[in-house]
This record gives sequence, C-alpha cells and structure tokens, in this order.
Amino acid sequence: MSVLDIARPATDYVAPQKTVAAAAIDARISEIHYGKFLAVRDTNIAIEKNKITGFIGPSGCGKSTVLRSLNRMNDLIPSFRLEGQVQFLGQDIYARNIDPVVVRRHIGMVFQQPNPFSMSIFENVAFGLRLNRYKGDYKQRVEYALRRAGLWDEVKDKLKENGLALSGGQQQRLCIARAIATEPTVLLMDEPCSALDPIATRIIEELMLDLKKDYTVAIVTHNMQQAMRVADTTAFFSVDISRGGRTGFLCEAGDTEQIFHDPKQDLTKRYISGEFS
Amino acid sequence: MVAVMTELPGTPDLRHSLGDRRALRNTVLTVLLWVVAVGAAVPLVSVLYMLITRGGARLGTALFTQLPPAGLEMGGGFGNAVVGTLVIVALATLISVPFGILGGVFLGFVAPESKLADATRFIAKVLTGFPSILAGVFVYASLVLWMGTYSALAGGVALAVLMLPTIMLTSEQSIRMVPQRMKDAAFGMGCTETQAMLRVVLPTATPGILTGVMLAVAGAAGNSAPLLFTALFSNYWISSLGEPTASLAILIYNFSGMPFPNQIELAWAASLVLVLIVLAFNVLSRLISARRV
Repeated sequence: MSVLDIARPATDYVAPQKTVAAAAIDARISEIHYGKFLAVRDTNIAIEKNKITGFIGPSGCGKSTVLRSLNRMNDLIPSFRLEGQVQFLGQDIYARNIDPVVVRRHIGMVFQQPNPFSMSIFENVAFGLRLNRYKGDYKQRVEYALRRAGLWDEVKDKLKENGLALSGGQQQRLCIARAIATEPTVLLMDEPCSALDPIATRIIEELMLDLKKDYTVAIVTHNMQQAMRVADTTAFFSVDISRGGRTGFLCEAGDTEQIFHDPKQDLTKRYISGEFS
Repeated sequence: MVAVMTELPGTPDLRHSLGDRRALRNTVLTVLLWVVAVGAAVPLVSVLYMLITRGGARLGTALFTQLPPAGLEMGGGFGNAVVGTLVIVALATLISVPFGILGGVFLGFVAPESKLADATRFIAKVLTGFPSILAGVFVYASLVLWMGTYSALAGGVALAVLMLPTIMLTSEQSIRMVPQRMKDAAFGMGCTETQAMLRVVLPTATPGILTGVMLAVAGAAGNSAPLLFTALFSNYWISSLGEPTASLAILIYNFSGMPFPNQIELAWAASLVLVLIVLAFNVLSRLISARRV
C-alpha cells in the first residue's frame, strides 16, 4: 500500500552525527513556531523501527507538539511553522513536494481523547480502508485490526452498533484498530491513556507491546511509570523559560533503562526523582 | 428574618415558614409563573379547539379528491390546493436545501472566521426576520414579470428565499457542533478537507441539519403572503410548474372572506389540514433530532 515513493532518498540529507541503524523517523527540528511564539527548539530525535519511543517531560515542554510534527498534524494550525527536517524512511516530509495528507496515511495517530466517528464499529475500522480505496476483503481486515487491538471478542456481535456507544477504554482500542487497519508504518500516540482508568490503561499498554512487533510506536505520556513499563527508548523534554516565553526542547534521549537509572543531564535527574513535574 | 426557637436552644428551626421572606417570595413567584403559563396556553389551545371543532366537521376524503366549489355550489373540496402546497413546498425545499447546506458548510467548516462568512452570517440572521410578503414582492419583480405569468415555480422560489437563511444557519450550527476531536481523527487518518467534510462532518451533523430543514419546511408551508404575488391561485388541478397554482394558504385567504357558508366551512377545514401538515413536519423534525447520539 505504499503511496509514497520511499525508494528515493532525498539527496540533500545531512547524515546525523550518531547514525541510527534503523530509524523510521529521524527528526532534526531546530525550531517550531506558532506565529511569533517559539514553542520548541533544538530537538533531534530518532524513532527507531519496531520499538516504542516514549516522550516524557513536564507540561508545556512541547512533547505533543513534536509528536504532532512527525505526521504533519500541526499543519492544521494556520500559524504553525517548522524549521528543520523530519525524515521518514529517508524522505523529508516537510519538503515542498510532499502532500501532508499522504504522510498521515503512513504515519497514523491515536489521540488523547478517544475519538471514534459517529458510525458503526465496523465502519470506524473500515474508514481508512475505504479512504485508501482498499480492494480486498473488508471483513477480514476489520476483524484482524480489531483482534490486534484486543477488542474483537467484546464487539464481534455488535459490529453494527455506533462506536460512540462503547466505554472509554473500548473507544480508545477502537481508535487503535482504526489506525492500524491501514497498516501504517508508524503509530503516534498522544497520551492515549490519560482519559482512561487504570485497567483500561493496562490493556492499552499490553497492546502497545504487542504492536511493536509489526509497527513503530511513538508515545507521549505524562506518566513516568508508563514510560518505564512500555518504552524502549525514552526522550525527556524540558522547558526553557530563559527567553521570556516557554520553549520546549529535547533535554536527553536514550535507552529507557539509562534515562531512568543513569541520566546524564542534571535536569533529567531532577525530573525523574520527582523534583518538578 | 426571625428564627423562632421552639426546641432546645441551639437547634435550628428547619420547618417551612411563609413568614420567611425568602420562602414567601419563592411561593409568590411560583404561583405567578403558573398563572402566566396557563394564560399563555389559553389562546394556543383555543385556536386548536376552534380549528378542530369547526374544521373537523368537514374532514373527509372528498376534501382531498374534489376541486373547490364555485359561488353557491354545495360540497367540493380542495384537493388541488393540497397538491399545490406540497408541490410548491417541495420545489422550495429542492432549491433551498442544497444552497442552505453548502452555505452552512462554508460558514461552519471551510472559512468560519472569514470576512465573507461574517457578512453572510449577519445577512442570514437579518433575513430570518424578513417580512415574508417582501419575498413575494421580490420574486414577483424578478421572476413573475420576467416569465409573464404566476406559477408554482415562482411560489417555490419565494418560499425558498424564506427557507434559505434558516437552513443555512441551522446547518452551520450542527456542523460546528461536530466535536473538534472527530475532525482531528479524520485528518489524522489522512482525509483531505473534502473527505473529512463528506465522510465525517456532514454525516455526523445530518440529524441537526435535517431538523433545520423540517422546521424551515413547516414555516414555509403555512406562509400565504409570498404566494399571493407568485403562485396566485387556481381552481383546477396543477398540470405544469409554469402556471398559477392553488395552495392551502391562499385558499384559506380567499374562502374565509366569501359570503357563502360552504366556502367558509372549507376554509376552516383547509386551516385544520394545513396545521396538521405543519404539525407533521414538526413531529418529524423532533423524531430526527431524537435519534442523535
């Protein structure tokens, strides 16, 4: 289902200092603006294939902004401006000739609030397939996606019911099924559990661990324990208030183990120990 | 406010007491509200009662199958006026719904903040209170004179002019009520703006839009002023959209002023039928909006 021409790497690509073997996304963001407001600066991060990358940090540190920049969701905000490159499998998705709509079909997104469409459970999952004019067996693909999202057994007898009639946790799994039905390369999750209870959260976390076999996942979380439980790589973002505004930046990124037990940066150490949040 | 201590000192008195100014004011206001509400219902109920007793007497199939009687003739009905009303309202709906919904899409989704949207919204709001006779005069000047004849088409256009602002504004409202996170989900799945509109926003807003359409239809069906200058009236069954056409509203207007008891009876019956048609659309709109998730 490749719509993007991923065989041709951009020629003006500058190799990163530390080469990452298998990065699905390699973001080298120097600045993100909303109008005159500098929201994020100096954030170079690689989202490695078949791994879960967790974004943590205090409120307003730009972790959601960075995540949403990875599939050009921020383009929907008119004043948004990004300086830098975001390489997706070797292509800069911010290059002039790139269609953001196509980018979003390859880099799926799960949002903070479960947001199923007001249509049947089946149609919710089939939505992306129809969008991509999928020609195969819809029933099979929908069932597969719902099984992967761990929702099949709960909904198999009521596929015609409205997706909004499900509970919050089920709705979020429905959204995950909807996102993976089209087999995106990368799945971005923006605090997917913040509106859910602990049991639903646990289910989603197990789901993420299962999904990384086939997908690449990046997740923003406000919950450090969650990052420890699921993330292979953790990126810690912090806020710089020295220039007047609140500008987020990537403070430190590395193996989750290292970030939580042997942080290199003093800010990371203080955040991990719960000194500020 | 005097608290009367009847129990042990320190125990507050919790019983009802009209002597308390707060409680007294509450009671007075409640009684007043009931009186006013009943007072407001009296004219409504009496109109309905009169319609049913005086119009109900003639209710029967003949009304819908026969043509209006002439002069001193007995019997007859107003089948052509029922058909005419339905045709004119259907034409008005066909014209106003596409424009109204597309206008609503522009106002609520495409460019809600634009200057053009602000201007359109303002004018539409002004037009909702537009005297309906002016819609008739407008279409008379622009269409009837040009076509050289009164017609069902002109009647439909006049009613469409009246329906358009209502449909447009309710469509805008329903489209705006679609939660932002649903639109985000659509874009997140890789929808273009058009796809997000057609596949997510419009289907979600449909019950609200239909409610607006039904209310506009109900309002238009009972309007007589715009039809006086456009569709006029006819004593015969409708045979084309380009000729003067009968409608219930005009029939009531014509017959109620006649000196013949038979025609006056028919005017009452026509009023009842018209009210029932309007009521049907109102009920339909309620049913549709109740289905909303």
